Amino acid sequence: MNFILDYYNYWIVVFLMMTGFYIVISANNLVKKIVGLNVFQTSVFMLYISMGKVTGGTAPIVAEGITQYSNPLPHVLILTAIVVGVATTAVGLALIIRIKRAYGTVEESEFDNKDDAI
Amino acid sequence: MFVLDIISSILLIAGVFFGLSGAVGLFKFPDFFTRVHAASITDSIAAILIIGGLLLQTSFDLNTAKLLFILAFLMITSPTASHALAKSARHGGLLTLAEVKEEEKEGKQQEQSN
Amino acid sequence: MAELINLVLLAMLALTALRIIFLKDLFAIVMLFGIYSFLSALIFVNLDAVDVAFTEASVGAGISTVLMLGTLALTGRQEKKSSHNSILPLFVVCVTGAALIYGTLDMPPFGHPDNPIHQHVAPRYIEESPKEVGLPNMVTSVLASYRGFDTFGETVVVFAAAIGVLSLLGVRRREKRNTPESGLEAHHVLHVVAKVIIPLVILFALYVQFHGDFGPGGGFQAGVIGAAAFILYALVFGLPKAFAVVSPKVLQLMASFGVLLYASVGLFSMSKGGNFLDYNKLAADPLVGQHYGILIIELGVGITVFAVMLSIFYAFDSQAERSNIK
Repeated sequence: MNFILDYYNYWIVVFLMMTGFYIVISANNLVKKIVGLNVFQTSVFMLYISMGKVTGGTAPIVAEGITQYSNPLPHVLILTAIVVGVATTAVGLALIIRIKRAYGTVEESEFDNKDDAI
Repeated sequence: MFVLDIISSILLIAGVFFGLSGAVGLFKFPDFFTRVHAASITDSIAAILIIGGLLLQTSFDLNTAKLLFILAFLMITSPTASHALAKSARHGGLLTLAEVKEEEKEGKQQEQSN
Repeated sequence: MAELINLVLLAMLALTALRIIFLKDLFAIVMLFGIYSFLSALIFVNLDAVDVAFTEASVGAGISTVLMLGTLALTGRQEKKSSHNSILPLFVVCVTGAALIYGTLDMPPFGHPDNPIHQHVAPRYIEESPKEVGLPNMVTSVLASYRGFDTFGETVVVFAAAIGVLSLLGVRRREKRNTPESGLEAHHVLHVVAKVIIPLVILFALYVQFHGDFGPGGGFQAGVIGAAAFILYALVFGLPKAFAVVSPKVLQLMASFGVLLYASVGLFSMSKGGNFLDYNKLAADPLVGQHYGILIIELGVGITVFAVMLSIFYAFDSQAERSNIK
């Protein structure tokens, strides 16, 4: 039971990562692929934050009478990663809008016969 | 303080019950408008009961003020969201279940008279 | 008790992600993604990462969901059936998943205080940061002072995203005679409530900006929350009125101004004889210098993020009158 509790976080993270990966490689619609990419990204954030947690610790804000803090370094890294993630999502969605304008469709299976369209 | 604990746990359990009933209603109700009503129960009464229960757990300091602010904000925004949802559906032409059944009856009567 | 909450929330997260695979309605998929972001914000709070939870809730469940819905309005709502089978992706995913789980068995167990990650660098920051920087929030002190150069790179990345989106889409002023100003003309309740809420949201954004030193918060979250207030205004009252309030040119100026403010703090400290972004040289007392430096760069970050998020939303929203939609 202790063994499961020790590694449960990481196994859920691997499951979420594989779910996001599956959505990215098998979805037909480009917007769904971007959603899958975001699911993947958030699962990676969960991995880092799980590694930084200390049982019995608290949030890394200095307060009276607290001796044990959780590790602040993964938090800083993931803050940057979240903002960079939304920046890439915005650029990806803008690309999808232009693809729709150029090809008329955002379904991957309909691209093969559209290359002569532009 | 034991009395406060009992009252706050009663409030929390009642809030959880209403939240669960809203979630069950979201699945079970047959029509869009009834489902919006079930979902808005979680916005209003469940939020009030749960935050009321939490208010009784803290001493009277900054946390109380923050919880009251959260409650006020939830009370302003969540019913507005449910209202906007229902109003957009109505303006988009969605009919309630009673109106759909009336239309079907009129359609059958017209067929019979033809 | 905290372990039970952790278990249940992570299970809910896994179920939500699993459901996204099998849906074909893109609107429902985007809503499930919003729920996924909120659940992960809750899990982050449970894992003591309050700053990260704040950012994930405002950025992931706020801006990302809004931008995806804006894209859906232009590209259509249903996903079409794909022609290729899904056995090969499933096989690849299972093999990779098995390899990763085999890898996690080697990791240090969750939460133990003597894991390797908690040695060397982190205790040094935890002990020295109140003396060297003086802020209660250690995440802000690491983000803005010890690793300030990384945050500068992050601000430039956000600015580059704005450049990318604006050069792909561009912001067009709508012709007033062709398109209705807003689809929400008849929603009087929404108009009144939006007028009540928007000043409060802007006030909260300013609070988060300047209290990032003492609690969770900081420039990124504040910029995103401020942009959300103006996005609400644009959605309820229409894009032409939003252009009259904050025009796209002003936003471009603000975005560049934020990045330049950040860089000029670094150059100013170099001119005083220190390194780039060495806040100790900004005032006579090093602690006061750190406070000034962190305040000004967080202001720069907040201004840039606000301007970038709002101009990206303007670019998405002004595409809606293009004719080849459906």
